[in-house]
Amino acid sequence: MGVSLGFHIVFASIGVGLPLLLLIVEGLWLRNRDPDWKLLARRWSKAFGILFAVGAVSGTVLSFELGLLWPGFMGYAGGIIGLPFSMEGFAFFVEAIFVGLYLYGWELLSPLAHWLCTIPLVISGAASAWFVVTANAWMNSPTGFRLDHGRVTDVHPLEAIFNPGTPIETTHVMISAYLVTGFAVAAIYAVGILRRRGGTVYRKGLLVGMLLGSICAPLQVITGDMNARWVADHQPAKLAAMEGQFRTESGAPLRIGGWPNLASRNTDFAIEIPAGLSFLAYGNFNAVVKGLDSFNPGSTPDPRPVHLAFDVMVGIGFLLLGLAAWFFWLLWRRRRVPEWPLLLRATAAAGVLGFVAVEAGWMVTEIGRQPWIIYGVVRTAAAITPAPGLLWSFWISTAIYVALGTTCAALLLRLAGATRSGLAEAPETEP
Amino acid sequence: MSAAVLDYSVAAILWVAIVVYAVLAGADFGGGVWDLFARGPRAQQQRAAVSRAMGPVWEANHVWLIFLITGLFTAFPAGFKALSLGLFVPFSLVLAGIILRGAAFAFRAHASGGRARQRFGLAFGVGSIITPFLLGACVGAVATGQAIQPAQTTEQLLLPWTTPFSLVCGALALAICAGLAAVYLTVETRSSGLPELAEDFRVRALAAGAATLVLAAVALPLASSTAPALWRGLIGRAAPVTALAAVLAVFAALSMLRRRFRAARAAAAGQVVCILLAWALAQVPQLVPPALTIEGSASPPEVMASLLVTYGVGAAVLLPSLGLLFYVFKGRNPAVL
Repeated sequence: MGVSLGFHIVFASIGVGLPLLLLIVEGLWLRNRDPDWKLLARRWSKAFGILFAVGAVSGTVLSFELGLLWPGFMGYAGGIIGLPFSMEGFAFFVEAIFVGLYLYGWELLSPLAHWLCTIPLVISGAASAWFVVTANAWMNSPTGFRLDHGRVTDVHPLEAIFNPGTPIETTHVMISAYLVTGFAVAAIYAVGILRRRGGTVYRKGLLVGMLLGSICAPLQVITGDMNARWVADHQPAKLAAMEGQFRTESGAPLRIGGWPNLASRNTDFAIEIPAGLSFLAYGNFNAVVKGLDSFNPGSTPDPRPVHLAFDVMVGIGFLLLGLAAWFFWLLWRRRRVPEWPLLLRATAAAGVLGFVAVEAGWMVTEIGRQPWIIYGVVRTAAAITPAPGLLWSFWISTAIYVALGTTCAALLLRLAGATRSGLAEAPETEP
Repeated sequence: MSAAVLDYSVAAILWVAIVVYAVLAGADFGGGVWDLFARGPRAQQQRAAVSRAMGPVWEANHVWLIFLITGLFTAFPAGFKALSLGLFVPFSLVLAGIILRGAAFAFRAHASGGRARQRFGLAFGVGSIITPFLLGACVGAVATGQAIQPAQTTEQLLLPWTTPFSLVCGALALAICAGLAAVYLTVETRSSGLPELAEDFRVRALAAGAATLVLAAVALPLASSTAPALWRGLIGRAAPVTALAAVLAVFAALSMLRRRFRAARAAAAGQVVCILLAWALAQVPQLVPPALTIEGSASPPEVMASLLVTYGVGAAVLLPSLGLLFYVFKGRNPAVL
């Protein structure tokens, strides 16, 4: 399941983010009829076709796996939290319909009607992300039901959807989708320019991608900070694991890097900013931050992966922010899209780093919630399927995903014209 | 509304999702079968016709399955849990088939080079065969009441869906899907001005129809011995529907022989609806026989009510969109496809 989700999240992010870029570039083409914009839209629509198909099948796998791997979870929570999944089903339905119209409708629909198809794509993509993440937020802060001797009663599905974790977590995830899509697109064109495939199309692709990524980067840092404060209030054990905080103390330092040492109960080799954590989490330099040691043994997550993933996510977030500032500072100074090789290389790296940050953020919230699958209510071990051969199914599905991912990447690279063998599209590259 | 009305309303909507999935996505799987078995001088054109017909709509058709699964675990979590435990292996294989089919179809559309296209085509065809076969076998396992035990030993993992009845149900599902695809393709190729292709698919439709007939003739006696409860339902309260399915099958075959493709298409789709209706009628009030009833495994009424509201609002957005999709690709521009 973890593998499926980690895989799906990449395609889902692009499925949410790319329609917005399509809306922008095809809209620009309609306005000024510059063929570059149309070329970008057509290219991205092909890539979108592949990515959406893979996202659709991996999403199907997830909906089945909820039951196949976690029958205990779904038997328990299906009634409470199934509703957002059903709503997501509708949003995804609408997206699939307009994907069909968009991808195959270039010649059948009028240009305006075709462009209008991107609007439901953007809305339904954002809506499906929102619905799905409410379910995850509910696992972090389960509300909307009562437990009566181990039986679920008094279910209020809407209260479960609008649980306290929903507003911040959904915002953070939706922005992340636009962020990684923007930087991924920018990266592809940065590589293209580095390989001397210059031309106005590449500069425009780079600019649009950077624009989207750069608008999202500061927003993401802000919502990330809000998220951490929320975690500090609602899931103190997760915060302690994120920050490598073993002992409860006032004026807790912010630890950057380092490795939580389980034997000595200390986070070694970290750069410590005095009282930084107390301030960030509670707005007060002297605030008390609970450490892992203040919780019952066996009720806290392993801080090692959580702290590492958290620092990776935050570190990448600030790198992307810096890259965005650098790019637009140069753009503003020179009044043209900068083509410094170093900047382009950094942009190319940013395309990959964005996805690394998404995966890391997802690990923080999932591993940080352990040993619970529904925070404070159901333990993960109690929810997993008793079916034998689970390890088999894990390795087989991992192998399938690896094959699927590499094939998909190879095809996309060919589409992007980043490899020399992709000559089928060569006439289009120099308009 | 009383709880029972809510429960049965949701169950009826989910049944409709199964029907639509079978009638639309079933044909997409059938398209994969004919892609794999494309033969004769027009093999490439046959494949192209399949791709043109499927391309714009298969993803939307596929979502009916997701709709069904999410609806099932929201409305009938106990039923979903029982099915997930009892049918762990075939469901996992179905997922593999779905991945193989969907990804390979999308990849092939963008692959260059004959070898890559051939390999994706093979994966597309194989995925299109195993998925409906296993889904049919799962339906067979549910109908015989053998899907209910949680599978904890290797024998239990294999048992429910490898009984003769389940396997025949799987083959029947495959034959029906192949038949639907061939029938639809006769209509689409003829209206695109490709009469030779229409002839090719006419022969295939007749072959699939014959296979369906034989398999149904095997399945019914098997049901009487291995699934007595289902059998009593089929010849009892569902008898008129069972009979109508048989009549429609014959009518579809006769229309196909006389090259009345549109009539054949309506009859073939109607036949599938009748088969699924007969199954549902024979099984009600059981959701997962023999122990789980629809009312017994339903979520609390608050959940069912909000789900119905969601379905109502969702349908208001979904149905016009679906209408537009089929109008653009299947109604307005038959010649382009």
